[in-house]
Amino acid sequence: MKPRGSTWADVVLLLVGACFVLPLLWLVFGSLDPAAGHATRVPQQPGLGNFAAVFTPGLLFLPLWNSFLLSTGTGLVTVVAAVLAAYPLSRYRSRFNTPFMYGILFGTCLPVTAIMVPVYGLFVQLRLLDSMPATVLFLAATSLPMAIWMTRNFMDGVPLALEEAAWVDGASRLAALRAIVLPLMRPGLGVVFIFVFIQAWGNFFVPFVLLLSESSQPAAVSIFSFFGQHGAVAYGQLAAFSILYSVPVLALYVVVARGSGNALALSGAVRG
Amino acid sequence: MAATHRGRQVVRYLPVLPAAVLLLVFLAGPVLWAFHASMTNVGLTGRHARNPEWVGLENYQRLVQDPVFPLSLGLTVLFVAGSAVLGQNVLGLALAVLMRRARPAVSATVGTAVVAAWVLPEIVAAFAAYAFFSRDGTLNQLLGGLGQPETDWLYTVPMAAVVLANVWRGTAFSMLVYRAALNGVPAELTEAAQMDGAGAWQRLAYITLPVIRGSIATNLMLVTLQTLAVFTLIWVMTAGGPANGSTTLPVLAYQEAFKFGDIGYGTAVATVLIVIGGVFGAAYLRLLREQRP
Repeated sequence: MKPRGSTWADVVLLLVGACFVLPLLWLVFGSLDPAAGHATRVPQQPGLGNFAAVFTPGLLFLPLWNSFLLSTGTGLVTVVAAVLAAYPLSRYRSRFNTPFMYGILFGTCLPVTAIMVPVYGLFVQLRLLDSMPATVLFLAATSLPMAIWMTRNFMDGVPLALEEAAWVDGASRLAALRAIVLPLMRPGLGVVFIFVFIQAWGNFFVPFVLLLSESSQPAAVSIFSFFGQHGAVAYGQLAAFSILYSVPVLALYVVVARGSGNALALSGAVRG
Repeated sequence: MAATHRGRQVVRYLPVLPAAVLLLVFLAGPVLWAFHASMTNVGLTGRHARNPEWVGLENYQRLVQDPVFPLSLGLTVLFVAGSAVLGQNVLGLALAVLMRRARPAVSATVGTAVVAAWVLPEIVAAFAAYAFFSRDGTLNQLLGGLGQPETDWLYTVPMAAVVLANVWRGTAFSMLVYRAALNGVPAELTEAAQMDGAGAWQRLAYITLPVIRGSIATNLMLVTLQTLAVFTLIWVMTAGGPANGSTTLPVLAYQEAFKFGDIGYGTAVATVLIVIGGVFGAAYLRLLREQRP
């Protein structure tokens, strides 16, 4: 056994941890402080006034609803397309598999911000600008490489023998996929969905470039345009809005991290 | 026989079609379109928006002569080397090593703090980093407490500010990769070295690091690619300023295309970025292939 619990390691770690917490502390204190500025300080008269101020349909509910539509749509399209693509890649042997999987992996390496200017140009040519469905499809395409990679790994983990038993009983491949394979991979698919959802929810640049009208902008963009970047902004409200907007993804992350640490480590290893 | 076999193969691979179409239209399409559009004068508005003209390599010639481009390229290298290769990678490894020696409760708490900065939506992380480094922000409060004069970090040393912010934002990824890698190092190896009298640093340098060198290479590639694509953090903190002092390539491409309305020129900048990403991506694939015998 190697020694555990060395004190100097504790001290160094806690110091580094404090540095990581400091910038977040501003969010928490600021959201409760009606007179918040850039500085971090314990609120003189803490209150929920900032939360009440942003709790309006136009400011909070519509952008969050748009974020929800965008992320759920992206998650669903990605998971369905990934499951369909992963099935033949997992179940058949073919010369096609290896180049396809390496092509997919190459896709995860593509810097998405680099293609946003060309994507904007493409969307103008195809008259798809400001279209929520088109933005969902684009976001799905950017998360597909990683999703296919993960889904195939999960599917490889479902023994073929179970499926074969169903075929013997007369089930078609599709029926066996639906009745046997998918239920067994449900935790894995949940991880893929949540993972894609978190990424779409937090994405700023893609909707910032592709969704122009206020009525279709998700929270990431509305928070940026409403509060302004510099100048006189209501920092307390900004912090309150940020917290309300962040809570869903923090909660989802906890769900994934608790439920399946291994699956998350796997997904983390290929996060592009 | 062969024809029916081939036909069956095609039917079997039919379910790949939706994913393949999405990837072709929305990923491969823009990349190919970028190479084409970078040789036109397509604009954001005006008559060149819908009817661009072919200008050949004019945009690239402009790029070579533009003094901002080499500056931006240099800043991108600085940003990637400072915040990813040095910052996230080394700090992530150090955290992972320390966590194996610290008390479990401490390492869990610190792990949560590090991961929190990574899980937050990027725009929120960017706002928090902006407030932290701003003139009357937390950093100056702390330094003021130590008797240091106030500095406007975002204006005097914008690159240092965004590099540190990106280390804060992204170290969790390297930490998770290295924690998994260190768990895979056989305990017998380090124990045997300890028996032979090797100190902690020697064990790390001669046993642990060589064993996890595959993970180190993979991690370096991935954090490089992720950092190459960082836009939001810099855009919110400094918007590339002051005087292009923190204009990395993604910011430059965005500015040229959307602020100055020159989509063609912006796409040429983006194409350079795509090519750099492609080179690193290809290197990454080679690396994976070598690791899998």
